Formats: sequence, C-alpha cells, structure tokens
Amino acid sequence: MKKKFKLDSPGMQTFLASVVAIIAGLVVGFIVLLCINPAGAPKAILTILKNYLNFTRPNLILKNIGGTLVRTAPLIMTSLAVTFAYKVGMFNIGVAGQYTIGIGCCMWAALAWDWPWYLCLLFAVVGGMVWGAIAGFLKSVFNVNEVISGIMLNWISLYIVNIWLNNDLTKETVSPGTLQLHNYAKQGMIPTLGLDKVLNNEYFGPSIFVAIIVAIIINIVLNKTVFGYELKATGGNKHAAKYSGMNDYRNIILTLAISGALAGLGAGLYYLTGIEQWETSASSLPAMGFDGIVAAFLGGLNPIGVIFSSYFIKHISIGGTMIDLNVYSSDISGLIVAIIIYFSAFTMIVRMVLKRLKERKAERGEKQ
Amino acid sequence: MILLIQYTLIYASCLILVALGGMFSEHSGVINIGLEGIMVIGALGGALTMMYMPEGVSPFLIVVLTVLMAALAGLAFSMLLSVAAINFKADQTLVGTAMNILATAVAAVVVKAINTTASHGDNVSAIVRYIEEHEAFIVRWNLGEKSFFEFNWFFVITIVALIVSAVILYKTKFGLRLYACGEHPQAADAAGVNVAKMRYSGVMISGVLGGIGGLVYIASANSSWDFKYGVAGAGFLALAVMIFGEWKPWKIAGAAIIFGLFRALSNVYTAFPLLMELNIPSNVYNMLPYIISLLVLAFTSKSSRAPKAEGIPFEKGQR
Repeated sequence: MKKKFKLDSPGMQTFLASVVAIIAGLVVGFIVLLCINPAGAPKAILTILKNYLNFTRPNLILKNIGGTLVRTAPLIMTSLAVTFAYKVGMFNIGVAGQYTIGIGCCMWAALAWDWPWYLCLLFAVVGGMVWGAIAGFLKSVFNVNEVISGIMLNWISLYIVNIWLNNDLTKETVSPGTLQLHNYAKQGMIPTLGLDKVLNNEYFGPSIFVAIIVAIIINIVLNKTVFGYELKATGGNKHAAKYSGMNDYRNIILTLAISGALAGLGAGLYYLTGIEQWETSASSLPAMGFDGIVAAFLGGLNPIGVIFSSYFIKHISIGGTMIDLNVYSSDISGLIVAIIIYFSAFTMIVRMVLKRLKERKAERGEKQ
Repeated sequence: MILLIQYTLIYASCLILVALGGMFSEHSGVINIGLEGIMVIGALGGALTMMYMPEGVSPFLIVVLTVLMAALAGLAFSMLLSVAAINFKADQTLVGTAMNILATAVAAVVVKAINTTASHGDNVSAIVRYIEEHEAFIVRWNLGEKSFFEFNWFFVITIVALIVSAVILYKTKFGLRLYACGEHPQAADAAGVNVAKMRYSGVMISGVLGGIGGLVYIASANSSWDFKYGVAGAGFLALAVMIFGEWKPWKIAGAAIIFGLFRALSNVYTAFPLLMELNIPSNVYNMLPYIISLLVLAFTSKSSRAPKAEGIPFEKGQR
C-alpha cells in the first residue's frame, strides 16, 4: 500500500524521470565515444563518471573534491534562479546575463574600488537583481516575452562587462584576463574560514554551504509563505491574481529581480574565491547560466533537488576534462548534459507510463 | 558604403530565412525557440559538405549540394522538436532550449573529432575551413577600380524563399490550413484538418529554412568557421525579427533589413572615418543589434499578433 502511494507522488515521478534522462544521456554519450574511437570508449566514460576518484593519492582526491564543490556552488545558485522563476510561471533564460553582470559588479568592486568582500558580494547581488528586474519590467509593462528579452539582455551583458572591465584598474596589461584577486585585492576575497586546509584546496570556502542554505530558504519561501503563494498565483493566472487584490505588475518584476539576485550571488560566491579571471575578450557567455537551466529541470524544479542535480552536472563536466584529450574532446560531457536536458523535457512520458501501469494494475484488481 | 550594403544584405538574407522558418512553425502552433540550434546544425551540415567536396566540382553543383545538405541537416534536427512537442506534448520552450544547447555541443564534438583524427591529436580546434568552396557562392561585380560588390547566390535563394513563403501562406489550401492550426486547432480539427500533420509540416519547413539560414550566416562572408561559438544569438535575433514583422512574410523582410543594417555596422564600422573618429569600443557595435531589438520589442509587443494557440499542445476533443 505504502509503495503504491510513493510511485504516485509527483516527487517520485520527477525523480524517476530525471534518472531516465541521465541514463539516456550517458548511453548516447557512450555511443558517441564509441563512434569516435571504440577502443578507449569504456575507459573514457568511466573517467567522466569517476571525476576525482581518478586520482589515487588521497590529498589529490580531496583537492579535486574541493574543486568540484567550489564550482557546484554557483551552479546551485543559477539553477535556483531558474527554478524560482519557473515556479512563478516564468522561464528565466536570462540567468546567464544576470550571472555575467554579477561577475562584472563583484570584480569591479573588488579591484577598482577595493571594497571588502561582503560589499563586493552585495554589489554582485544588486547587479544581478537590477538586470533581472529589467526583464521583469519589460514583461509587465511592455508585454515583452521574457525568453526573447532574456536572450537579448544576455548578449548585452556580455559586451557591457567586456567594456567595463577592460581598463587598467581591473585588467592585466598583457593578457585580456582580469587581475588576480589574491595579488591585487585580497580584501575582496571571501574568507575560507580554514576550510581550504580541510580539503587541501586554496579556493574551497563556505560558498557551497551558503548555496545550500539559500536553497533551503527558497524552498520555504515558495511553499510556506504568503509572499511565495502570491507570486505563484500571479504566475498561474495574472488576471485572477489581480482580481483577488494582488499587484501583478509588482509581482512579475519582483520575481525576476529575485531570480536575478540569486544568479548574481552565484557569480559573487564563485569569482570572489579568486579561482577564475574574466576574459575581457570573451565572445560567448559563461556556461554557468545555461547549465543552471539544465540543473533546474534535472532537479525536478525543486530547490532541494537542484542541489543534487547541480552537483551531478559539475561532477561529470569536470570528469569530462580528465579524459584523453588527444582522442576525445572535453565537449563530450557538454553533449551528455545537453542530451539529459532534452530527455528531461519528456517527464510526461514517464508519467504516462506510470499511469498506464497503475491502470493496468487496477484493471487486474477489478477482475480478481 | 558598398561593404555596408553587402553585409546588410548578407545578414538580412540570413535573418529573413530563419524568421520565415520561425513564422511557419508558429503559424502551425509550435513555438520554435530551437531555431538557433537548427541554424548551427544546418551550418555544420553545409560546412562539412563543402569541406569534403572533391576538387573540380562545378560551382553550380557545389551551391546546390551544400544548400541541400544544410537544409536536410536542419530538417533532421528539427524533428527533435516536433516529436517532443507534438507526440509527447513536452514544454516547447524547454525543448527548444535543450536543442540550442545540444546543437552547439554536437557541432563542437563532431568537428573536434574530425580535426583530432585527421591531425592525430595536433589540431583539437572546432574550426572548419572551406576557403575554395565558399567562392562558389560569390560573383564579383566590378565597380571601377579596386572596388567591387560581392553578389551572393544566397540573395537569390532568400528572395525565392520569401516569395514562395508568401504565396504558400496566403494563396494555398495548405497555408490556410496551417494558419488555422495555430489560431484555433480545435476548429481546424473539426473541419477535417489533421492538426498533428500540419504542425509537423510547420516545424519541418522551419527546419529547412533555419538550416539554410545557418549556412548563410557562416558561409557568405567567412571562409572558415569556429563551431565553438555556434551562431552567436542570430537565431534569437531572427525570432525578434519575426515578432517585429508581425508573423507576416513581407513585414519580416522589412524588419530583417533594418536589423541586418545594425548587425552589419559592427562588422564594417572601421571602414567609415567618421565612426572611427568617435572612438567607440567595438563591443558597443556588437551590442547594438540586441539593444535595438529590445527597444523594438518593447514598442511592438503591447498588442501582440502572435498566433493564438502557439505553444499549447493540441488535445483532441478539448474545448
């Protein structure tokens, strides 16, 4: 009896759908590896799945676990941004742009203004928030579809940040990269609180824990508060929400602003560890934004689910960089991730199959 | 100036083809956010065809074969959308986004695999070269000394596609039925139209046009392409063109020329002394088409003329 209830629950169905999508992605990825070079394919797919377990020395394993977790934190944030907006009925494809603006803000604050790390982080949040609010404003006042405006804002943000960080205060003179934080702006780096020693990784700090706490808060806001309920109601039916006294204009803008703030926080949590430089000659958006969409859907659009899906995606994409690059390209894991998101759109099939199974069971029960 | 006109025409051709594709898909009732991905795959099909073209093939044959392969590649890739959206009633925006991510990944993996194998691991880039083959698309018209206009066969293809599209959409039984499926599929169904079939056709047409559009984007002005970059948002610009063009072929053409002009400026502004003197960073010109399209969308989206049933899976018997 209990088992039957579980199979029926939407949570279980989404979980099964995600597992099916992951398996499908891995199978197709394996076939692609076989096509490129059959001899090394089994080893390559195992390398992708093992990630840090490819190392034998314990301190190297720890260091790489740290590296994976540092990169998981911003992904949790961007996928939370997508999840939050989607729960409220909006597809925030502009998350990549909000994340990019967040990068620009925190880098500028740390390098040009020498602000302390908490203010840099705050500035990144504000930047993402404003960028998200623009899309919300365009949607509520001018009825511009947030998917199209999001994409346009993504490209605009890329070029703005390129222009913004391309000067002597923030950029190295010889390369297009921004200045290293640990040489020029130590005050802007998030303190690691000794966690770097635990995992033997200089970049590992409290970011991942912050991300998990934010996920839990978002879960509570969406499911247990009047505010969350109002937002969801507006997303469900704008006119009905307005009729029952909710401010639909405000709610739409607020939703995308919060979503953008989450993405901006992700950018701050990642870039203020000093792990990466922004290339001012970049001609494509950081993958963190689109990966956030993948992680959000793989995690069943559940704030707690995306913690695990984000980890999984980062796990296999970092594993992908460890395969024999003379034979295969590291884009293989990108391909696997892309196939996973395509199949996760098919949650309907899994639901249909489960429903049919249940009906068949019920029929059998009636006959007996 | 000639260069500006030339680039404007190139980008306008690309945008017209892709926006027309989007138009057919949306008139049939399927939102095609995956146009960007379809363009990438079409471009990939065309680029590889040109790369593997044996020497001594006549230019005419090169043009025909390359365009055909780009169209077929786009068509095949668009099936990912139609199967998911029509048969399995999946979320069309999500499927489209997945297709865009998938296309860039597929293109990178395929080209890198080819390059890596051919060079035994020395060349791991995602660049395809088609220096000689791409000349087949170009006819140079001399306009006096040292200046010439590069006429492109893609312009002809675009104009033909535009006229044919307008005729199909407004003057044929097929077009009107397609139109009906995007406005009121239940009524179309009641009148005996097979809605699923119509929607499949709409998406397939968008696959063909999107694929050719992708080829135009990479092959009309470049002799090699790095597939790491996909098509840099051109598919989405085309969607903006489609919205601005109110889902109507002739208005789309007009909108595409305006957008094409701004896109072309970012390529050729260095040829204008006046613009060079302003000393604006090149990134500003890169940004321009996207800013313009946002502004245009802000002023035209208020009274949307989008097909009424787009994005909604068709359920027989639903009211």
